[in-house]
Amino acid sequence: MFKLAWKNLFHDRVRLAVTLVGIVFALVLILVQFGLFLSFLDTSANIVERSGADLWITAPKVPYVNGGPPLSEANRWKALAVEGVERVDRYILAWVPWKLKSGAIESVQVVGYNLDSGLGGPWNVVAGSVEDLRGEDTVMVDEIYKDLLGVTHIGQVFEISNRRARIVGFTRGIRSFTTAPFVFCSFKNAQNYGAGNLREDQAVYLLVKGKAGIALEALRAAVQAKVPELDVLTNAEMHGRTQTHWVFATGAGITTLMGAVLGLIVGVVVVAQTIYAATVDHIREFGTLKAMGASNGRIYEVILAQAAISGGMGYAVAIAIAAFIARGSEGGNAPIALPPEVAAGTLLLALAMCMGASVISIRKATRIDPAMVFRG
Amino acid sequence: MIEIRDLYKTYGSGGAEVHALAGVDLDVAAGEVLMLMGPSGSGKTTLLSVMGCILRATSGSVKIEGREVARMAENKLPEVRLKHFGFIFQGFNLFPALTARENVELALKLKGLKGTRAKAEAAALLEQVGLADKLNAFPSDLSGGQKQRVAIARALAGEPPIVLADEPTAALDSQSGLTVMEILTGLARKRGRAVVVVTHDNRVLQYADRIVRIADGRVVDEEDRERAA
Ligand SMILES: Nc1ncnc2c1ncn2[C@@H]1O[C@H](COP(=O)(O)OP(=O)(O)O)[C@@H](O)[C@H]1O
Ligand SMILES: [Mg+2]
Repeated sequence: MFKLAWKNLFHDRVRLAVTLVGIVFALVLILVQFGLFLSFLDTSANIVERSGADLWITAPKVPYVNGGPPLSEANRWKALAVEGVERVDRYILAWVPWKLKSGAIESVQVVGYNLDSGLGGPWNVVAGSVEDLRGEDTVMVDEIYKDLLGVTHIGQVFEISNRRARIVGFTRGIRSFTTAPFVFCSFKNAQNYGAGNLREDQAVYLLVKGKAGIALEALRAAVQAKVPELDVLTNAEMHGRTQTHWVFATGAGITTLMGAVLGLIVGVVVVAQTIYAATVDHIREFGTLKAMGASNGRIYEVILAQAAISGGMGYAVAIAIAAFIARGSEGGNAPIALPPEVAAGTLLLALAMCMGASVISIRKATRIDPAMVFRG
Repeated sequence: MIEIRDLYKTYGSGGAEVHALAGVDLDVAAGEVLMLMGPSGSGKTTLLSVMGCILRATSGSVKIEGREVARMAENKLPEVRLKHFGFIFQGFNLFPALTARENVELALKLKGLKGTRAKAEAAALLEQVGLADKLNAFPSDLSGGQKQRVAIARALAGEPPIVLADEPTAALDSQSGLTVMEILTGLARKRGRAVVVVTHDNRVLQYADRIVRIADGRVVDEEDRERAA
């Protein structure tokens, strides 16, 4: 039966081509949109994910990591007094203007962190060293944003809020979800750049590191008790909050997911149409099979095998195209993630999509009256 | 082989009823070549369909090798067809995407034969219908007579005891029609298969053991013939 399915498919090459174009289009759409969604999930809160902190202390109801009013440093001492707290660092994430050599201004997000602990700092440093950030007015940016920020090499000097900003290194692959790149520097420098309009004794966040082996939830409760007027979140909670804000509250993630769903609908409709048309075209053959004594099950085998073959071939083409697009998007601002799980999942989805699209054809085949074979 | 008693088949219902078969009694003996003749609309195709378990009777009895099939559940019928019958159609009904050999193989595989055995058996059958050189030809490359010979090979695949053919020569010119009938009846006799052929063609009657004429859904005449050979 598989052979009949295979031969029937290749017998009508035009229809096969139409089917495959539909499947490939749908699957590429799904892969690209879902890949965008995954990378949104990743970039939207990458700074939090990699912060290394156990707890974040923020002003109440701060929806995401990039915002929030200043906190008094007094809270730092309160938190430090909690048993099990190893250290508490002041932290800044705030928008500031970056002036290019041309005089143009780009908005950037300055990340001011404690160089001694490294909590909330850069990772994947590919040029220079975080130690160099101890120098006055020094900053580090990501390679991806070299063009945007007019940066070419270490040692160049720019202006942030009318203060010098000297490039001492580059990171690789630290994307910002917004159009404003991250600029890493020491907490002190960030304060000098006017980030968050902080007074000398303020911070936007406090990052808490617990002693080794400490129970996270208990620690959170203990710190919360010391600063009842503030929010104390675990790193995972802060991560989730930030992700939810950027990906869902702004609609960016929903849009990509809708794109993926749209791809699925397009795929099902196109495949259902062509498989149904093929079934109708071969109705006399199916009638003959039935007359010869084939059960309905054997007929379904043919239809499902046709669907599975189409799905498999469409998938092979689609995954190649998607991999190509993903590769091409690596250096850009909207990378498309294509992890193996998604590639494998999409194969199952492709098969399910094509098989699902066969349902109406199967119903049609069930109703074929074998007596038709004797009629003109 | 086949025993039909008091068979009725009514299409439609209410005012639109058509009594296609109205009390048919007929026996088909093992190995005989029986030809069904009659005017158009007399119920020949209907009778063949009911005999072949493709269509269900309205009432009456149909026994295939002693087994009553008239009351059998719908989903049991494919198995009966598979086991007892080979079919030949006026329009050939070959699978256009399959070669001659693959068309025959498909029938063999339906009957449970596997891979290389099915392949060899299909080739042997095609050889017997004189198509040894057309194994890999597609139906579109064959003449009508050749197509019907592929269909004969397919109908004989898996050694069904009964072959049913509905106007197998109607779409052929008379010469290839005769050839087809000669091959069909010759092979059936050699292999001891019963054949029931619906036909309009008087010239093929020479190949019959028995001729049954029907009109208005009833058997009106039976005539035994001397075998040609
Ligand atoms: N599916 C059907 N529905 C209704 N009437 C039918 C159907 N098939 C055949 N008939 C009618 O039954 C009668 C016998 O038809 P058929 O068995 O095809 O005759 P034949 O093969 O001798 O020409 C005809 O009157 C025909 O119109
Ligand atoms: Mg007829």
